[in-house]
Amino acid sequence: MQFGLFTVSDVTTDPTNGTTMTEHERIKSLVAIAKKAEEVGLDVFALGEHHNEPFVSSSPTTTLAYIAAQTESLLLSTSTTLITTNDPVKIAEDFAMLQHLADGRVDVMMGRGNTGPVYPWFGKDIRDGIPLAIENYALLNKLWHEHTVDWQGKFRTPLQGFTSTPRPLDDVPPFVWHGSIRSPEIAEQAAYYGDGFFANNIFWPKEHYMQLIGYYRQRFEHYGHGTAAQAIVGLGGQAFMAKKSQDAVNQFRPYFDNAPVYGHGPSLEDFMEQTPLTVGSPQEVIDRYAGMREYFGDYQRQLFLMDHAGLPLKTVLEQLDILGEEVVPVLRKEFATNRPADVPDGPTHAALVARKVADEDAARALPKTKENSSDLVAEVTK
Amino acid sequence: MTGFDVETPSFSAGKKLVVVSAGLSQPSSTRLLADRLTEATTDRLRESGPSAESAGSARSGESAATEVDIRIIELRDLAHDITNNLLTGFAAPKLQAAIDAVTNADGLIAVTPIFTTSYSGLFKSFIDVIDTTALTDLPVLIAATGGTERHSLALDYAMRPLFTYLHAVVVPTSVYAASADWGSAEGSTLPDRIGRAAGELAALVRVSDRSGRVGDPFALPSGFSPVGGFGAQ
Repeated sequence: MQFGLFTVSDVTTDPTNGTTMTEHERIKSLVAIAKKAEEVGLDVFALGEHHNEPFVSSSPTTTLAYIAAQTESLLLSTSTTLITTNDPVKIAEDFAMLQHLADGRVDVMMGRGNTGPVYPWFGKDIRDGIPLAIENYALLNKLWHEHTVDWQGKFRTPLQGFTSTPRPLDDVPPFVWHGSIRSPEIAEQAAYYGDGFFANNIFWPKEHYMQLIGYYRQRFEHYGHGTAAQAIVGLGGQAFMAKKSQDAVNQFRPYFDNAPVYGHGPSLEDFMEQTPLTVGSPQEVIDRYAGMREYFGDYQRQLFLMDHAGLPLKTVLEQLDILGEEVVPVLRKEFATNRPADVPDGPTHAALVARKVADEDAARALPKTKENSSDLVAEVTK
Repeated sequence: MTGFDVETPSFSAGKKLVVVSAGLSQPSSTRLLADRLTEATTDRLRESGPSAESAGSARSGESAATEVDIRIIELRDLAHDITNNLLTGFAAPKLQAAIDAVTNADGLIAVTPIFTTSYSGLFKSFIDVIDTTALTDLPVLIAATGGTERHSLALDYAMRPLFTYLHAVVVPTSVYAASADWGSAEGSTLPDRIGRAAGELAALVRVSDRSGRVGDPFALPSGFSPVGGFGAQ
């Protein structure tokens, strides 16, 4: 089980004092937060991609490479990379490059974005959102798994004899997650490839995501990548903590009430009841998130949104101390208890390489059987 | 004046008639009109026609008595949840139950006050948080209240196109009640209009199978392929 952070990189005025970080301060704060994540023992830092104010993260691979150079073990990911409006050839190259520089500590989450005008700004039509996500990823997958690619599609220039460089590290592409909040097409796509499925989970009631993840698990099994319980699931979460529950509520309320996404809407109490947002003592956060697998099954990755809505960097870093020192160690134990042995751990480059080697050895030793053809890595590297 | 429950937790086996009332004051004339329409429609559905003894006539949808479950939704009670849904993108449980009721109904009676030449903002906001495909085929009776009869055409230039866009089936007679309609016993055509509209709605509700349908939220569009339809394979 992997624990980490995901950030949307918003520049929001702190409602308690009216101050606003500059873009420069916010960008540097992302680096400080990522380094802190490693320091307090978290596993993953995932960065969003946006092309409009008030967000600063338009270029995640640049930022993640800079973070990779200053960290040792932190796995770097995205939340999300726009598979719709980016050229899949450039995604293939950028993330393979990052993978080499970071010695494999990289995976990537595909998403369609949440800002309509981004499509026309990048020469695309928002009505093609799903077809773009499907076709562009099909090309990206091919570029990572085949050396020389001939390809023709609807949305970009055809390719003849093209090789994306550099090749993925150890010939094992970054693990791919597909993020979606409501589209069964994307759950279907993730299941088809045997990729991971990430449910943002933080803004809507869990019942919605339980259905979507249940659907993904069923289809993962249908496509022969393993049992439904072995599908690779990631979830978002959101917490704010203080030793005393009421202090956390008092401190967080002005940020909640003025937050860009849900501010000026439901009360903090209603939102906590209806979504996974947990504001309270570390124990309350532990209890809430330890219970997630009751609803979603045993899963592989839990990411928390901790730095948004104008929270000062100092506060965010204090929150990460609590998360890393008091919450996550307990959650690791809770999630390990009674976890079936055949449920995979969170994906890492080393594990994917080991699996590839094992599969190649098995393929050499034995004639091909139905069983090893259903293996995740064998399936996508065919 | 009626015994209808505002919140009916679950339906039995009958046809499902849902009433949406967007009146803001309590008591409201909008609710008064909604109750009159509900009563008239229910009476039409429950009454047995001349050939009710023939089991086959039920299938013709003309004259057998039809069991009916009624659910009345006062939008005033949901006003905060509706605003929150517009802001957050999801419905709180009470609002979700109301949306589900409308979505799975065999018939809808929609009544709004006319504000500034059109349906009220609260009424439109409620419609806006319902999926645009959810009301397809839904039989709808549209009705409105207002201070003077001068605004009665708002039903035909605002309400009717709204439901037409949503592919609902709006009955030909719409019912507008001006303040004066409530005070003129003799010579008022309001009861006639209520009766005619109720008859039109009841005829459609009798034959609707909407409440018995099972929706698949994960149905993929026909022709969908997880690798796309082009040279990508």
